[in-house]
Amino acid sequence: MSNELKVPTMAELFAAGKQPEVLFWVGCAGSFDDRAKKITKAFVKILNKANVSFAVLGTEESCTGDPAKRSGNEFLFQMQAVTNIEVMNSYGVKKVVTACPHCFNTIKNEYPGLGGTYEVVHHTQFLKQLLEDGKMSLEGGSYKGKRITYHDPCYLGRANNVYEAPRELIRKLDAELVEMKNCKKKGLCCGAGGAQMFKEPEEGTMDVNIKRTEEALDTKPEIIAAGCPFCNTMMTDGVKNKEKESDVAVMDIAELIANAQDL
Amino acid sequence: MNYIPNILFLIILVLSIGFFAANVKKLFRNINLGKDVDVSDNKSQRWKNMAKIALGQTKMVVRPIAGFLHIIVYVGFVIINIEVVEIIIDGLFGTHRVFAPLGAAYNFLIGSFEILAALVIIAIVIFWIRRNIVRIQRFIKSEMKGWPKTDANLILYFEVILMTLFLVMNAADNQLQQLGADHYVKAGAFPVSSFLLPLLDGMSISSLIIVERVAWWLHIIGILCFLNYLYYSKHLHILLAFPNTYYGKLKPKGELDNLEAVTNEVKLMMDPDADPYAAPAEDAPEPEKFGASDVSDLNWVQLLNAYTCTECGRCTSECPANQTGKKLSPRKIMMDTRDRLEEVGKNIDANKGSFVADGKQLLGDYITNEELWACTSCNACVEACPISIDPLSIIMDMRRYLVMEESAAPSDLNNMMGNIENNGAPWPFNQMDRLNWKNES
Ligand code: SF4
Ligand code: SF4
Repeated sequence: MSNELKVPTMAELFAAGKQPEVLFWVGCAGSFDDRAKKITKAFVKILNKANVSFAVLGTEESCTGDPAKRSGNEFLFQMQAVTNIEVMNSYGVKKVVTACPHCFNTIKNEYPGLGGTYEVVHHTQFLKQLLEDGKMSLEGGSYKGKRITYHDPCYLGRANNVYEAPRELIRKLDAELVEMKNCKKKGLCCGAGGAQMFKEPEEGTMDVNIKRTEEALDTKPEIIAAGCPFCNTMMTDGVKNKEKESDVAVMDIAELIANAQDL
Repeated sequence: MNYIPNILFLIILVLSIGFFAANVKKLFRNINLGKDVDVSDNKSQRWKNMAKIALGQTKMVVRPIAGFLHIIVYVGFVIINIEVVEIIIDGLFGTHRVFAPLGAAYNFLIGSFEILAALVIIAIVIFWIRRNIVRIQRFIKSEMKGWPKTDANLILYFEVILMTLFLVMNAADNQLQQLGADHYVKAGAFPVSSFLLPLLDGMSISSLIIVERVAWWLHIIGILCFLNYLYYSKHLHILLAFPNTYYGKLKPKGELDNLEAVTNEVKLMMDPDADPYAAPAEDAPEPEKFGASDVSDLNWVQLLNAYTCTECGRCTSECPANQTGKKLSPRKIMMDTRDRLEEVGKNIDANKGSFVADGKQLLGDYITNEELWACTSCNACVEACPISIDPLSIIMDMRRYLVMEESAAPSDLNNMMGNIENNGAPWPFNQMDRLNWKNES
C-alpha cells in the first residue's frame, strides 16, 4: 500500500465538486528532476498518512517564473505569473504549500502584486504545523543521535526569515543538530540561486557549492539536511566531488521524516 | 578691543558652511537624477529602523570587534562635538569657555570628552593597524586600491589629529589656569590631558597662550575641513546612514519588485479584446526603458545607497561569488554607481545644468556583464550591510536591461528561458508530463 500514492489534482476534485484545504505546488524540480521527485513523493507520503486534504495542479502547473525573473526577464516572469494566478484563482485556491523555497518566495511575495494572494507556506512549516496539531507523530527511530547539519536555503532563510521550522523538525527526530560556522542569517549560498542553476559559473577559483560543502563537511555530519531541491542538487554534487558520498547523505527534511515514519 | 579674530572666525565659518551647503545641494541634485520610487509607506517602521540601525548601530556589532570600536568612535564624535557649540560661541563673541558657569556639570562634560577622545584615539590606532598592518582581507580587495585606500586612511589621520589637538588645547588651557593667566577661567576637568602637562612644564604664559590658541584654531579649522571633506569621501555615511536606513527595504529580502511597465504590457497581451495591431496613440509616451544601463535608470534610493556606502566590504566578504574568486563584488557595484553618478554630476556642472552625452554609462564602462551574471541573488550582501544598502537591487535592474533591452543573457540562460516559454519548465520537458512522477516507482 505504501507505494500507492494518492495525488488528486485540482481538476479532479473540482469535477467532483470538492475543494482541498491546500494546494501542493510541486514546482519544476519536484516534477521533473529525478532527485527532487523523491522529495515530492516523500512529502506526499506524509500528507497521505496524515490524511491531509490536498491536491496538485498536475499538468496545469507551470514554472512560477522565478529563474526568468532572476535572470532579468520580467516579461517572461509576469507571463508565467499571470497564467498561474489565473489557474489558481479559478480553483479558488486559498492556501499553498511547496517544497521549493524559490516557488515559495515567488508565490508568497511576488504574486500578490499581480492578483494572486494566497497563504503560502514552505513544506517544513507545514510539517511542523502537522506535528503541533497532532496530525503527525515523529520519533527519531533510525535518526536518533545522528549528526545532522542543516543548510539554510537563501530563499527560505534570509529571503523570508524561516530558520526555525526545519531545525525544529530535525530536533524532533532526536538527531544531533550541528550548525555550520555560517548558518541562519549568515548561511552561505549553495550557488544555485539567481538562475545560476541553469548556467556555467563565471570564472573563479572554485565553485560555490564546493565551498559550501566544505563548510558542511567541517561539522562531520552523517547527513546534510536541506529544504530546497536546488540546494539538494548542489550539495549532492559537492559531496560527490569530495568523494564522501558513502559517508554523508544529502537529504530533504521531508525525506528524513518519511523515513523516520517508515513510509 | 581687538575684533580681528572674531571677524576672521566668522569668515572662516561662513565660507566653510557655505561651501558645504553648495555640495549638499549638488548631492541632492545628483540623487534626484534617479527615478521616483514610493517610499512613503510604514513611517513608524521606518523611524524604528533608523533608530535601531543607524542610531543604535545594531548591525555593526554583528562583527563584535569592529562593531565595538566603531561605537566608541561614533559615540566619541557625536558627544565631543557638543564642545564645538562652545567653540563656535567663543570664536564669534571672543568669550572663553562660555559654558564654564555650569560648574560641576561643565567639569563633568569636559572630563568625559577627554576620556572619549582618548578612547577614540585608541580605537583609531587599532583601525589603522587592521587596515595597514594586519591587512584584513576585505580592506585590500582590488576595488580598494588607490583613492579608496587613501580615503580610508586620511579619515583615520584626520580623526587622530582632531582628538590630539583637542587634548593639547585642554592641556595648555589647564596649565594657564593653574598659572592664573588672565582670561583663562578656572573650569573643566582634565583627566587625560593632564598627562600632557609635563610637556608644557616651564613654558611662559605667553608661549602657552600661543600653544593654546594654535591648538584651538587648528582644531576648529580641522573640524570644518573635515565637514567639507565628507562629500568627497566614504565618510559621508556619518550623515547619510540616517536617511538611508529610513528608506531601506522593508519588504522580505526575497521580494523583487514587479516592473509596472511590464505589467501593463503583459495585461495588454493577455487581454483578448486588445487589438494587437493597433497603432500606438499619437501622444503615447515613449516606451519606457526596461532595467538600468546608467545611473539615471536607477531609482533615487539606489543612488542614495551609493553615496551612503562606507566601503567597509562586509557585503563583499559575505558574497559567495566573491568568496569563490569571481569578479563580482557588491561593494564595487556601489562604488561604481557613486563614481558614475559623480561623473554625471560633474558633466552637468560643466554644461550649465544639463547632461551632455559622454559616450559612457554605468554598464560596461564601470560594471561588466561578467560581474552581473555571477550573482546568485542570495541576499548575503543585503543582510551584511550595516546601513541597509541593497546592492542586489542594482544588479537585478542591470540584468533586466541586459535581457530585455539587449537580449544579452548567457546562452545557457537563453535556453532555460526558451524552455519556460515553450513548456513551462526551465528544462526541456513537456508540460503534459508534469504529473508522471506520481506513477513512477
Ligand atoms: S546577492 Fe549577489 S552580490 Fe549579493 S552576496 Fe549574493 S551573490 Fe553576492
Ligand atoms: S554596501 Fe554596505 S556592507 Fe557593502 S561596503 Fe557599502 S556600506 Fe559596507
